[in-house]
Amino acid sequence: MENKVNVFLFGKKYQVPAGLTIMTAMEYAGYELVRGCGCRNGFCGACATIYRIKDKQELHACLACQTEVQEGMYVATLPFFPLVKKIYDINEIKPTEQIMMQLYPEIYCCIGCNACTKVCTQELSVMQYIAHAQRGEYDKCAELSFDCVMCGVCSSRCPAGISHPQVAMLARRLNGKYIAPDCAHLEERVKEINDGMYNELIEKLMQKPVEEIKELYNTREIEK
Amino acid sequence: MYKIEKLNELAKIVAEKRAENASLEPRRMTAEEKDSLLAEFHPDYKQNEFTVLSAGVNKGDKVPTQLAELLQGKSRISSKDVDLSAPDYDTDVLIIGGGGAGASAAIEADQAGVKAMIVTKLRIGDANTMMAEGGIQAADKPNDSPAIHYLDAFGGGHFAAKPELVNTLVSKAPEAIKWLNDLGVEFDKEADGTMITTHGGGTSRKRMHAAKDYTGAEIMRTLRDEVLNRGIPVVDFTAAVEIILDSSGNAAGAVLMNMETKELLVARAKTVIIATGGAGRLHYQGFPTSNHYGATADGLILGYRVGAKLLYADTLQYHPTGTGYPEQIFGALVTEKVRSLGAKLVNIDGDVFMHPLETRDVTAASIIRECTANGKGIETDLGSAVWLDTPMIEYKNGEGTIEKRIPAMMRMFGKYGIDIRKEPILVYPTLHYQNGGLEINPDCSTGVENLYAAGEAAGGIHGRNRLMGNSLLDVIVFGRNAGIYAAAKAKETAVPEGLTLEHIERFNNELAAAGLDTDVQSPMLLPKYARKS
Repeated sequence: MENKVNVFLFGKKYQVPAGLTIMTAMEYAGYELVRGCGCRNGFCGACATIYRIKDKQELHACLACQTEVQEGMYVATLPFFPLVKKIYDINEIKPTEQIMMQLYPEIYCCIGCNACTKVCTQELSVMQYIAHAQRGEYDKCAELSFDCVMCGVCSSRCPAGISHPQVAMLARRLNGKYIAPDCAHLEERVKEINDGMYNELIEKLMQKPVEEIKELYNTREIEK
Repeated sequence: MYKIEKLNELAKIVAEKRAENASLEPRRMTAEEKDSLLAEFHPDYKQNEFTVLSAGVNKGDKVPTQLAELLQGKSRISSKDVDLSAPDYDTDVLIIGGGGAGASAAIEADQAGVKAMIVTKLRIGDANTMMAEGGIQAADKPNDSPAIHYLDAFGGGHFAAKPELVNTLVSKAPEAIKWLNDLGVEFDKEADGTMITTHGGGTSRKRMHAAKDYTGAEIMRTLRDEVLNRGIPVVDFTAAVEIILDSSGNAAGAVLMNMETKELLVARAKTVIIATGGAGRLHYQGFPTSNHYGATADGLILGYRVGAKLLYADTLQYHPTGTGYPEQIFGALVTEKVRSLGAKLVNIDGDVFMHPLETRDVTAASIIRECTANGKGIETDLGSAVWLDTPMIEYKNGEGTIEKRIPAMMRMFGKYGIDIRKEPILVYPTLHYQNGGLEINPDCSTGVENLYAAGEAAGGIHGRNRLMGNSLLDVIVFGRNAGIYAAAKAKETAVPEGLTLEHIERFNNELAAAGLDTDVQSPMLLPKYARKS
């Protein structure tokens, strides 16, 4: 007989096969998902979910598509959370300490409770990356927050009202655009193409008969 | 550790042969070997899985059976359901789809100074772009050139792509990378700014740029942030269910449906861009898929019904390395970058059975052969699979490589107790990409005036097989082009008049004339996964 577990979806009890994820368990129970379901693969953050195991104290957070059901799991999905996203022009701002003060001053109200880190569905050091953002260390903030899927659970637990994923988003864009080293060979190639350096070469390829281009392809040199 | 003891035993065989396998440089297949392998084992060659269309502009062409049912399905609405004379939205450029192509188009249209608007049936960023892991191609290294990229892409697509589209793809690639970099996308770089690049299947130069193994996510979230910064309206949880034409038969907007309330709305626009993505959730031939929840080919249906032609809709990409075990992530993508970094494909005996970086169609067919005709697969309750020897990456490149370069993969398997640094993983092909789609020109125009298409919904760029890293590139290059050209066209187009949905009845008549009597409503919008008791 199939191994079943009892789960409580929004408090209501369902028996579902063990081995399902929370998301597939909801579908097994008959839910037709519109909200709270995106990539189904752990990348988009649409299916943020909180749960508690019956008779246990601790509150957990996870992505429903990436988490196996357990016996006695009380589940509530968090398909939307009102994060604060500030508007800015990436070409106008600069990677100074002041920019965080202007756009996200609430990060300086962090009380160090570490609730954000404890609930992060990606197990990131959320409070630590906020600390880097406070100090204008955007490269470090970017590195620590890189795997963030912006599910918003951290912000739902924050007593200071910080929208951590949006702070990290700003830090990463600042880092990518202003702090990370420029790429000389990229600039060079764009210029060569704009100067028309490859036009003739590609034109020739485009006009070659299929047999000739097949021969070229099948005998092309492959970099080790 | 695997929960199934047999798998731990079999994994030991892989470990024993690792040193020997690591030093191997497996031979690449000849063109003839590839052709016969594909013909015998690639799913695209299974004739009984396809249906010849008997209505619409591609009448006589074959497409996957599940797609045929939708293309020849009935509209979800009739012209009586909406009042076209009182649009709920009025815009210059209407963009259907909030993935990488849609967002790129919106940014460029906004940059051009016209009113753009995105409608998407889920949220902006709920798209295959978000899930692209391995990288994005661009020939920007000194030993590389757009011409070499052209040859790789055109040959990898079996010489079937439209040459002018491949030209656009490769020639605009470095500029696309620069554009993303300038928006703040964090590419993996050396300390001096040199891009860290690797091979993908079928590339002859190392031109795969990456942002760890979250490349698509990093690009998508940056584009989304930029769309929001620009104040471009994004109407989420709102699907397009029909294209609206004007009195001259030009595209002039779309009928929208609120996914939650089912309310119908009318959007009028001077130009329309279809950027709805792929079709993995149609589960062709019963395959699992690596695609996001909304990948149901909606754009192909919308375009087809108003007369836009499909190209290569019969060619699909089965990514060679979908997850074969455990069940919670069955069919989920294991990025090709795992092989780029040195992991090899190994059978039940621990033997390497092919070069790990053949093109995707060839690799997928080879894995299917290994699991069927050769009988060398590893069996679980989920089916047959082969090993992908991930520990070989650190054996070759040193400890810490996996955490640094493919953290998402480490996390995905780690959740189920499998440490990919120490244990090989099981893989089998998964439905990944729609090689074809609505036929476009380099400016993304379709055969229907004022209707554009970009991204996975478009066809002709990749021929009959796409290389790794050319789809992220495609969504940026052609997404931007769609925005640029649709905006330019909108500037010279008057507010459309005589809005009509007559094409619905016309298409219904054509279905009836072809003897097609169907209950299927399309576009599908979302797959039906809820269990019916």
